[in-house]
Amino acid sequence: MSVFARASRRLAGPGAALGLWLGAVLSATAAPERVVSLNLCTDQLAMLLAAPGQLVSVSFLSRNPMISAMSDRAQGYRVNHGRAEEVFLMRPDLVLAGSYTARPAVRMLRRLGVKVVEFPPERSFTDIRAHLLRMGRLLGQREKAARMVAEFDARLADLRVTRGPRPSVALYGPNGYTTGAGTLADDILDAAGFANIAARAGVPGGGTLPLERLVMLRPDLVVTGARYPGASQAEALLDHPALTALRANLPAAPDTGPEWACGTPHVLDAVAEMRAARDALEAGK
Amino acid sequence: MLNFRLLLVFLSVLVLALFAASLLIGPAGLGVGTSLRALLAGQGEAAVLVMREIRLPRALLGLMLGASLGLSGAAMQGYLRNPLAEPGLIGVSSSAALGAVIALQSGLAAAVALALPLMALAGAVLSVLLLLALAGARGASLTLILAGIAISAFAGALTSLVLNLSPNPYAAAEIVFWMLGSLSDRSFTHVWLALPFMALGWALLAPLGRGLDALTLGEDAAAALGIRLSRLRLALVLGTASCVGAGVAVAGAVGFVGLVVPHLLRPAVGARPGRLLPASALGGAAMLLAADIATRLIAPERDLKLGVVTALVGAPLFLHLIYKTRKDGVW
Repeated sequence: MSVFARASRRLAGPGAALGLWLGAVLSATAAPERVVSLNLCTDQLAMLLAAPGQLVSVSFLSRNPMISAMSDRAQGYRVNHGRAEEVFLMRPDLVLAGSYTARPAVRMLRRLGVKVVEFPPERSFTDIRAHLLRMGRLLGQREKAARMVAEFDARLADLRVTRGPRPSVALYGPNGYTTGAGTLADDILDAAGFANIAARAGVPGGGTLPLERLVMLRPDLVVTGARYPGASQAEALLDHPALTALRANLPAAPDTGPEWACGTPHVLDAVAEMRAARDALEAGK
Repeated sequence: MLNFRLLLVFLSVLVLALFAASLLIGPAGLGVGTSLRALLAGQGEAAVLVMREIRLPRALLGLMLGASLGLSGAAMQGYLRNPLAEPGLIGVSSSAALGAVIALQSGLAAAVALALPLMALAGAVLSVLLLLALAGARGASLTLILAGIAISAFAGALTSLVLNLSPNPYAAAEIVFWMLGSLSDRSFTHVWLALPFMALGWALLAPLGRGLDALTLGEDAAAALGIRLSRLRLALVLGTASCVGAGVAVAGAVGFVGLVVPHLLRPAVGARPGRLLPASALGGAAMLLAADIATRLIAPERDLKLGVVTALVGAPLFLHLIYKTRKDGVW
């Protein structure tokens, strides 16, 4: 343990040090009692599965209804900004982070002896199941997690379009960003009965698709995201007259909402919304 | 005189060729025949959208912006009798960018259509006035460049601040756009926003030729020749600000065009500032169109910024100019 860590412990007082030590020992055997989550997506998995009082804090992003599917629930928790100092002072016995979240804070917390578990971004429905079960194990909520996975699978089977034509759809975000195979969005579109145009455009994973090429690919539907306040050139692209003209001949499409952002059972709301759009499209033909 | 006409004809042909190339090159990879049929005859629904709504406005903006930058560079250099005076280098462009960013982020641009170019123009006017006050009408090189650096840095910092404070998560990434400029995904909305102000700038700057020629003899001689210097200065300030402000408002601050083009063309026009004006306007259009084509060819998927290309050409020349000015003992 570094000098800094020892000094911090002394400053935090013997009580905190004891608590930390106890936490470290107990976490191996019993469920953690003070869980802090630093990442928008681990926030939601934890809120879904944690026992009352078990989850101490979620990231401030989770209160933003633009990106968080559980912004209402998040109002009931203390928020953190992913900074090592504020998180350490919450005396967590388990910290949840995304594998790209707050790297300096994660390193610092580990040096201070806090247990940090990282979740990579979910790239498929399979990842959602795996992460639900993993979060259930970590929080000591195995049965609840297994139940949630079963419910997820049942509702997905109910929603999934398995036959009939598959109209093409383009996800087109700020800066012309689109997502292709191997992403959660692609799984959502596939389940809703769409063929993602990114595959035809040769965009693997995520990448920008020039507006010219989007126009030439002539998708049956163009889905964009909700707009942030303030102005940006990146979003101004979505008002380009060529895109407006392209969309004028296509049916109205839902926006990609916060349900698309994280791999939680909330993605099924996105599947349902997209499936309704697909059914309307087919009925109109 | 014949040589000068030949030069203008040559530059016009070059601009036309580059304009055509700009229309024909793009990620959609349309054939020449398909492109022309779509553009001129309106055949092929998707191709028409690509040609008329995406490529045509981009090529037009390249032409307009290049001409504006070339013209205002030549005019400023003629007035200040200093080859280093260029809107980008002396802070006019970055001040215009600050005005544009404030208009966009305050919501003014969304409420009033003309607020965007007007605020950029206001930023440009303020910086030119500040420069003239600091460097004096004669514009000694050292004071001019120092004042320009200070204004540039200050306006750039404020632009970054405004974008960092924006509630929009994409805004901060656009600092690069405002510093280096880009024509990607521009539309006719941008063309119509910029055109009236650029046209006003051209109308103010183009007739200055005689006055700038006379000014080469010194201010007293120019006054004796009947040139009203205060009117000349007013036209110069407003004309440059209109050209640069409108350009920056829709395409960001593209540097060095107003430096490189007059420098290259000056020997060809016999170093007469009056003749340099139309030649630089055409040369600027050619350089900007070429640079924009280069951004599409070098890294088509990366949205390479226009200012990167112009700076790669312009910055070495700038160094060369500084070296030459020092050797000539102007400092």
